[in-house]
Amino acid sequence: MSDLFSKFDPLIQQRETLLSTGITDPFNLVMDRVESPTVAICNGRRTILLGTYNYMGMTFDPDVIQAGKDALEQFGSGTTGSRVLNGTYQGHKECEAALRDFYGMDHAMVFSTGYQANLGIISTIAGKEDYIILDIDSHASIYDGCALGNAQIVPFRHNDIDALEKRLKRLPPEAGKLVVLEGVYSMLGDVAPLDKMVKVAKDHGAMVLVDEAHSMGFIGEHGRGVAEAQGVMDQVDFIIGTFSKSVGTVGGFCVSNHPKFEILRLVCRPYVFTASLPPSVVATAATSIRKLMHGSNKRAHLWENSKRLHGGLKKLGFTLGTDEPQSAIIAVIMPDLEKGAAMWEALLHEGLYVNLARPPATPANMTLLRCSLCAEHSAEQVEEILGMFEAAGRSTGCIG
Amino acid sequence: MTDRNQVLAKVKALIEPFNKKGAEVTEATRFAQDLEWDSLTVLDFVANIEDEFDIVITMNQQAEIENIGQLVDAVGQLQG
Repeated sequence: MSDLFSKFDPLIQQRETLLSTGITDPFNLVMDRVESPTVAICNGRRTILLGTYNYMGMTFDPDVIQAGKDALEQFGSGTTGSRVLNGTYQGHKECEAALRDFYGMDHAMVFSTGYQANLGIISTIAGKEDYIILDIDSHASIYDGCALGNAQIVPFRHNDIDALEKRLKRLPPEAGKLVVLEGVYSMLGDVAPLDKMVKVAKDHGAMVLVDEAHSMGFIGEHGRGVAEAQGVMDQVDFIIGTFSKSVGTVGGFCVSNHPKFEILRLVCRPYVFTASLPPSVVATAATSIRKLMHGSNKRAHLWENSKRLHGGLKKLGFTLGTDEPQSAIIAVIMPDLEKGAAMWEALLHEGLYVNLARPPATPANMTLLRCSLCAEHSAEQVEEILGMFEAAGRSTGCIG
Repeated sequence: MTDRNQVLAKVKALIEPFNKKGAEVTEATRFAQDLEWDSLTVLDFVANIEDEFDIVITMNQQAEIENIGQLVDAVGQLQG
């Protein structure tokens, strides 16, 4: 009998080799206590958090927490049902109303996670005869949405406007086309040239879906994302987002002005065949989204943090994913997994948590130390973080 | 030279810059096993093939193509 698990042997071997050096397992960290959006107790040590997606620091907002407590008491701990059966409460409708107001769009549909939002929308709207044209560096949830559906999949080189246009030109003009882009690409923290790409897509008769998971709340005048910042919001057909980053809880959504959008509630399987979000979660999400509309001061401070960290790391001699800070994500490129894991552990000992990102999640087989900033990081904390990077970088030989 | 042979010659020429190992290239040569290409190399190579023949090879079609002979056949059909 062949063991179905033998296909995982190379990965098991790689893990064992890495851990046999005595290094802390980077994929098994436990946060014992969380003090604030920027500080937690990890392995008994007070640790600055620089590897969460808590960009706007909403997780401990008193209004958000109160809304969750109230909903928990008034509506119970869960819905035990699908959105289309017994799983739609007043709180889900309020959450969708908050999203419509936040984006200024006609329709909003709340999913149980951001992953399911991409999975559901992409697999449902693009059928067998249709084409999905997507950036090669797209998130796993976008690829999985493609795999769940039956459409013809056409990838193009990351952020390459010409490559996108060439492919659109070669496809049958009458075929249905969905161009899938992201506002911020989460591995390197780089931004897409949406102003040009959305225009190219529209010129060739394609609908456009933009995943703004890593830009919501932060980028754009109203925090609507990169499409807003680059002035193409009105031409984007579908925006996908998540509650698990700036909003500070869990859940996903799609907003759109498409007049027939609401039919998706009946045909989108990852929406229909799963339980809806608990009442406390949608209550915290709705409260947080409404507060994010007025978050311009926090947005300005987060930009300052991003610039300060990017400039400081560059000065220390680290290789970064982007020449200039383009988002709240700063990716430090490591020479290989061993060095990356050593640096990650040294930073943890200094009292700093960052993400160790490795293939297949990363582009070009890179190992990255991914730093994501929070609007609640103080300027002093960012300086402290730079000091930790300097010490860990020298002790591991990553910088001279 | 037949059309198919012309396509084969062009495909072989486009493989050359990515054939770091200097593996022998015949119609039976497989991309993953023999040339040991990773997904990024495949993307670059497919883009060059698409530009050369002015076609699109979808990921669905790519999944069916394991060796060079199959690629030549697919290019012929897509140009059809």
